[in-house]
Order: sequence, then C-alpha cells, then structure tokens
Amino acid sequence: MTDPILKIENVSKRFTRMPGLAERLVGKITGGGKPVVVHALTDVSLNVDRGEVLGIVGESGCGKSTLGRVVTGIYAPSDGRVTLNGKPVAREHGGNIDKLTTQVQMIHQDPFASLNPRMKVGETLAEGPRYHNIIPAGEVRARIRALLEKVGLEGAYADRLPHQFSGGQRQRVAIARALAMEPEVLVLDEAVASLDVSIQAQVLNLFMDLRRDLGLTALFISHDLSVVRHVCDRVAIMYLGRLVELAPADQLYADPKHPYTSALFASVPTIGTGKRVFEAIKGEIPSPINPPSGCAFHPRCPLAGPRCKVDVPRLTDAGAARTVACHLNDGGVGLREVAA
Amino acid sequence: MTAALEVRGLTTRFDTRGGAVTAVNDVSFSVEKGRILGLVGESGSGKSVTGFSIMGLIDAPGRISAGEVLVDGADLRALSDEEMRKMRGRKVGMVFQDPMMTLNPVLRVGDQMAMAVRVHRKMSKSAALDEARKALETVGIPSAVERLKAYPHQLSGGMRQRVAIAMALLHSPSVIIADEATTALDVSIQGQILAEVRELADKTGAAIVWITHDLAVVSSLVDDICVMYAGRIVERGTAEQVIGHPRHPYTKGLLDSIPSLHAPGTPLPQIPGSTPQLSRLPQGCPFRPRCPRATELCATPPPEVTVEGQTVLCHHPLERS
Amino acid sequence: MTDTLTPDSKIIAVPSAPPAETRAMRLRNFWSDYRQSWVAIAALIVILALLLGSFFAPFWVPQDPYDLAKLDWLDAFLPPGTEGTGGYAHLLGTDNAGRDMLSAIFYGLRTSFVIGISAGALALAVGITIGLTAAYFGGRIEALLMRIVDLQLSMPAILLALVMVAVLGQGIPQIIFALVVAQYAYFARTTHGAASVERRKDYIEAARSTPLPTWRIMFKHLLPNVLPPLIVVATVQVASAISLEATLSFLGVGLPLTEPSLGTLISNGFKYIHAGRYWLSIYPGIFLMITVVAINLVGDQVRNVLDPRNSR
Repeated sequence: MTDPILKIENVSKRFTRMPGLAERLVGKITGGGKPVVVHALTDVSLNVDRGEVLGIVGESGCGKSTLGRVVTGIYAPSDGRVTLNGKPVAREHGGNIDKLTTQVQMIHQDPFASLNPRMKVGETLAEGPRYHNIIPAGEVRARIRALLEKVGLEGAYADRLPHQFSGGQRQRVAIARALAMEPEVLVLDEAVASLDVSIQAQVLNLFMDLRRDLGLTALFISHDLSVVRHVCDRVAIMYLGRLVELAPADQLYADPKHPYTSALFASVPTIGTGKRVFEAIKGEIPSPINPPSGCAFHPRCPLAGPRCKVDVPRLTDAGAARTVACHLNDGGVGLREVAA
Repeated sequence: MTAALEVRGLTTRFDTRGGAVTAVNDVSFSVEKGRILGLVGESGSGKSVTGFSIMGLIDAPGRISAGEVLVDGADLRALSDEEMRKMRGRKVGMVFQDPMMTLNPVLRVGDQMAMAVRVHRKMSKSAALDEARKALETVGIPSAVERLKAYPHQLSGGMRQRVAIAMALLHSPSVIIADEATTALDVSIQGQILAEVRELADKTGAAIVWITHDLAVVSSLVDDICVMYAGRIVERGTAEQVIGHPRHPYTKGLLDSIPSLHAPGTPLPQIPGSTPQLSRLPQGCPFRPRCPRATELCATPPPEVTVEGQTVLCHHPLERS
Repeated sequence: MTDTLTPDSKIIAVPSAPPAETRAMRLRNFWSDYRQSWVAIAALIVILALLLGSFFAPFWVPQDPYDLAKLDWLDAFLPPGTEGTGGYAHLLGTDNAGRDMLSAIFYGLRTSFVIGISAGALALAVGITIGLTAAYFGGRIEALLMRIVDLQLSMPAILLALVMVAVLGQGIPQIIFALVVAQYAYFARTTHGAASVERRKDYIEAARSTPLPTWRIMFKHLLPNVLPPLIVVATVQVASAISLEATLSFLGVGLPLTEPSLGTLISNGFKYIHAGRYWLSIYPGIFLMITVVAINLVGDQVRNVLDPRNSR
C-alpha cells in the first residue's frame, strides 16, 4: 500500500449545457433559458495502488462512469487532477484534450457497440499499438494472435468481423484491444453488465487470470455488488457525484458504515438467502442538476438529522484503511453537537 | 380450480433466410391466481418470445405454429384479431423493459390512462381518471394526483416503470406478463418495485409471469420457476426446488456461476461455450455440447422426468440432494 | 459432490464461431435481396445497356455527330427510318444539321453520364468531408458548417447551378463544378445525420481513448459506418445531376451544340416541334427520362435492401 500508481486529487466534473438560440429567446420572457449545469463529480479523491483492483460502485447519476472517463483522459476534469506515475493522464489545450496517455485503457459495457462493426478484429487490435509503436512492426501479426489466444480466442479469428462473434467473445476482443496497448491501468466500465450470467462468469475468470498473470491495476466500475465483491480488493461507494465510503472489500461487505451503503446492500436481491422482503431505500435518486443541500443522501437517509441538511460531510477515518463521509462518523447529526 | 394462465405445447417459429427457426419449442406451464412464475433464461433462450406469444404479439416472419394459451379457461388462440385486441389489456396486461413501449410520450399520464380505461369500459372521463389514480396508488406512487398531470418524460425511469405497471393493472387483469421489467432500473428502485409486485400478486390475485435473466431477482420474488434454454423449458418447479436443488445441469451451471455464492477471488465454475444459435441446434438435447454430464444418449431427444412436482428435460438429471 | 460442475478457469472453451462471412457472401446476399424486384432488375439492365452503349458509341453508331465535316445538309430533318446520303437508315431520324439522332443521342448520353457521375463523385467527397468534420468535432464547427449547408438546401439546386454557370462560363469542367456546388449539401446533410449517430457509439470513444489520431478515427472508423445511406443518396444524386445538366443545357447555358448532351439536343429540337419534326426533341427526351427513372429505381431498391428494417 505504499506505491500509488494512479492519483485522483479533488476531481470535480461539471457538464454545462448551453441553451439554444430559441430557448434563450423564450427564456427572456419566461425567465428560463439559463445554462444547465450537471454536477457529475464533486471533489473526488482516490489513490490506486499498483496491482490493486479498485471497485467503484453506485447507482445511475453517481458519477462512476464519468470518473472512469476522467481517469482515461477522455474528459478533462473541471477541477483537480488525475496523475499516473506523477504525470497527468491528459494535457489540455484550449478546452480540448490535446494529448492523452496510452497507459490507461478502457473496456466498455456493451461489446456490441465498442467494436467498429466494419473493421476486422485483428485490425482493431493492431491499429493502436502500430500507431504508437508499442509493438515492433514486424511482430504485430504474431503478437495479435498471441493476444487473442491469451483472452481465450483463436489466433485465426483476427480476420473476422465483430458481428461474427458472440457477446462474450466480443468482450474478450475488447479486453485484448486494451491489453494490446500494454497499459498500466485498466478501466472497466460495467464490463460484464451486459453479458449473460454464464458468459459473465467466463469473462470474470478471464479477468482474474489476467490479473494474476500480468499484475494488472484496474478500476472496476459496476453497479453489481456481488461481482465487485468477487474481483475487487477495495471498494469505493459513490452517490450523486461524491465518494461516500471507501474500504477494503471484505470489511465493507461485513460492516458497511455509511447508511447509503447499508441501504444498498439491503435492497439487492441475493440468491440462496431466501430473502423475500426488501428493505428498500425510500424515495428516488435526486437529479445531479440540483443535488440536495448538505449530505446528498439526507432526504432518503433513515438516520439523517438537522446537520445533514446543512453540512456537507467530509471523508473521515473509520478504522483500518477505511474512510466514510457521514456525520455519524464525524461528531453526530444534530446541529447542537457541532456547535459544541 | 383452473389456473389463471395455462400454456400448453406453445411453439413459435420464425421464417428466416436460413430456414425456419423454432424460438419457442413445445412450452407448457400454468400459473394460478396470486402466484408469480419466473421465466428465466439467457439471451436467445426464447423467454421474451414466449411472453409475446402469449400476448398474441408475434408478427411475420414469426408465427405460433402450435399450442394453446388459456386465460381463465378460454383459449386466446381461438380468438379473432379483433377479439384478441379486446382481450389484451383487459384480461392480460404486459409490462416491458422499456416503459416507453407502453407510454405515449406526447400525452399526459392521466389522459392516456383514462383513455385506456375507457377503451374497455363505458364511464365518464373523471371516473376514469379516478380509476387511474387508484391504479397509481396501488403501485406505490406518492402524490398520484399530480403524477396524472405529468408527461412521461417528466418522470424518472423508476416512476415511469411504475406507471407502466399501473397501466397494466387498470382492468384488474387475470394475468400480467412482465418482461425484464426491472432490468434497466437501479437496485434501490428495483427493490421498491419488486416489493410492490409481490404485494400486488397477494392483494389482487393476479397471476404474474416474471420474465428475467436475473436469478437473484427471481429467487427473491417468485413462487415457481421455469428455466428456458434454446426455446425449451428445461426445468420447472417451485422456487425452493429449482434454486435450492436444481436437477438440470444447465440450471446447476447457471446458479454456480453467480459470484456471490463463492469466496471472493476464487475462480467461478463456468459453463463452457456460449448459447447456441437457434438455427444450428445440436441433435437431441440442445445443452449437450456444453454439458459435463452428456453421454451418447443425449443425442436423442431428452425425456421429461418429474419428481415431486419438479420436472426436468434431461437424460441424466442431477440427484435430489 | 460429483454433481458440481468442475471449476476450472483454465478451460475457457470457446465454441467455433460461425463460418467467416466473406465479402463474396455479403455480395451474394445483397444480390439475392436485390433481385426480389423484377422492376429493379429491369432498371439495372437498362442502365448497364445505356452505359455500355454510350461509352462504346464511337464503335457502333453510324455517325460521329461531333465531326461537322461528316454532316450533310441534304440529310436535314429526315423522319425516323429514312435512308440518307450515307446509305444507311436513320432509325431515329436526323436533326436540322443532318445529324443522325441515334448517334447524337448516344454521344450525348455519354457526356451526360460523364458529367453526372463525376459531379456526383466529387460532391460525395466534398459532402463527406464536411459532414464528417461537423459530426466529429461538434460545437461551433458543427453549427457553422451545418448552417451553411442548411442555407444552401433551402435554395433550389437549379438556381445555384445557373448562377455558377453564369459566373464560370460554358464547358464540361465548369458544369461539373457548378453541379458539385449545387449538390454537395445533400451529401453533407446525409453524412452528418448518420455520423452524428455513430459518433456517440462506444467504438469511437474507444478509438479516442486509445488514443488514435483524429483523421484516422474520422476516415477509418466513422466513414465506413456511414457509407450505406450515402450509396443510396449518391445514386439518386447522379440521376439528379444528369437532369440538372440537361436543364442547364436546355436553357442554353450548358453545353454548346458542337458537343451535345441530351439537354442540348432537346433544346435544339424544341424549335421544330410545332413544325411536326417531333423526333428532334422527343427521342432525346425519352432517353433522358428512361435514364433518370432507371437510376432512381435502382437507388430505391438499393435503399430497400440496405434498410436494416427490411433485413430478414
């Protein structure tokens, strides 16, 4: 735990949608037509150690996919920075990403969308390494074949088009494409979510094998708590753009500290427990355009007190290597307790 | 007592360039009032086509080539298109993965619900709106009166799905078919809806067919389970039987590949290969090439074996433990 | 525990993928869908016949209509089927200068095809570049480029072409340039529409995060995926370029009578139509109509075949 390879420091990401001309004109009369700001990420800090698989868990609108794209360098953070081995993952030039690292590679959710349908998979795999001179020109074909075999496909498949593969096979191709760039860090964005259960197990096994063989460092973004528990060393729970809890996986699952984490666990149907009643979280996930004041979870939290509506909770230590952003862990939820 | 929904020998075929493909093959099951049946399978297993076939929503090049669908004892397949249209919505309701399949984006929720009520029953608009409000309240929508005035796009995904369920409930149908109805929703919202669906079945006595790929959802919601593979039901029994003591090697394999049942980081038992294409099914048992128990016998059509109400379509079912 | 499937992550069995679908197979599928309509087959045969007939016209038509020395005033206004001084029958008659109409029509058709196809191809290239650039970069670049395109689409193509020809003067290159200016906007709009959809797909994001250079993403990833609708537009635009050119020539600002296109021939014969010499205008008109209709019919069928909603 001494060698953070990837540092995410106070990263915020806001998306601003400017109104169109017509909206602005109408807005002059109705008072609307102002830019809409989505707070996708707010002040997120995380370190990822070499060889670690960090799970990022949350529901829609929690910012987990945005975080993945900021780490990959596709999105420039509005505030804060992301560094890999001390160097920024992307250089920004006049609001556009100018140069970004080849050292972070991403695997998308839907393998039917993430492969160019009109490019042979061999070419899809080879073009990145060839362009960046990662593989010597003469060795490209052999290396691509070896990679395909490494992910459990046949080398001869290099000449086929994506639509000739099943979903699971395509996801293997996507993994091979990422590995071909010889990255330091992999970002898996819901990488097994769209696969059938039996295929999901195959891909998870592949991932664990590759991790063992290659010593991969990865951000594993998922909404699926049981998958995350199976493959991750540490887990970060996110809610409405903020990090609410961070802990080693076994500790988090044994003893969730944040009320949201507990509620999330309670509402997940699990097999084999014979659980018939869900302790569902009440209410809906608020919009990231207009997040609630104070702790974003307070309108749905069974333990919320007056302080939660006012103060944004900080991440505080909650025992061995874990942190949680909840007033319960930081002096209590009552306003008076804070004043004292 | 007749079952609210009984499906007998349902077979649906699609005519494609490569010849006819049997998407649903001799499927039979029944659901009694107030019970929930989970129809489980992976993509391409025919679970959704089964749902559409029951609803009579199969269009060319597909056709139902055999079988009966009985709702309260009446065969839906004997009905004319016109009668079938009346039956849909009134006796059988359907909920899709995407609620926008049901909802009209340009009409207010209340207006379209009232319209749906008045298609089948003569009543004033205000009485129809009242019915709509009651339906929304049944599925746990707070401040239902305001929601009636909203357009679908003003509602969250979870709320839209509740409205779609409420619409399916409008005529107190005997049967509700839900196809991956909570798959696209967040877990916390899914939890809320599952709890309400369970209550709904108990309260209204509707028979519900819950079509999903998610075994965890099924194990916590349904009473009975049918597992589908390559268009056939390969295992059928109560939830306790199928989840607790699966007898078909495929069911066993599916359950074994769920991560939460294994120690973190350990290799997951996996079913080798992938689901076969319906146009190129192997002879005999379709699961044969992926099955650890397969023998030469499996190249012949598998027999139906029933023990204590748990039926498997297999030459070599697992012993009951 | 004999009933448990053995957990062995080393065995990642992969079933044999379906046989590789080759380009030849896709072509065969395309053809088997295409030939479902006999009208479309007939249209295709007509186009091929006209293309071959016009490009090989010098080898089979009786007369070179460009060679003024070969024209004889004695042959002027011969009705269809009459034998002239050349000792052969003028199947479609002759015009006021004694030109054999059949020869003139096929030479004219050749000019029309050359202009239509090259204008279509150039407009396609320009339109693709603009449409892709707008869709890929988005924001202000997109707004600017697409507003220009919209502005142009709101004007009739014939008007633009007329203005261009008036500025540039007569001649085949000038006409082609005018047609490109008048037509690229259709390609730009179609490309932009298709590319904006593809642009949002994950494979583009994957290519960006690799990272690959912008031009490569645009032309190796985006372009191949927006081509099918463009093929249809291109077919229709070739037909429309041919009729636009004919219109320009008919109005007298297109090609001179010394290198006649179909439009020039129609225009030339128009003066005599009331004198009962119908064949001077009618036959070129019929050939123009057949050409344009046949190309459009082929385009329609190609669209039907490529439309994923119609795929089986």
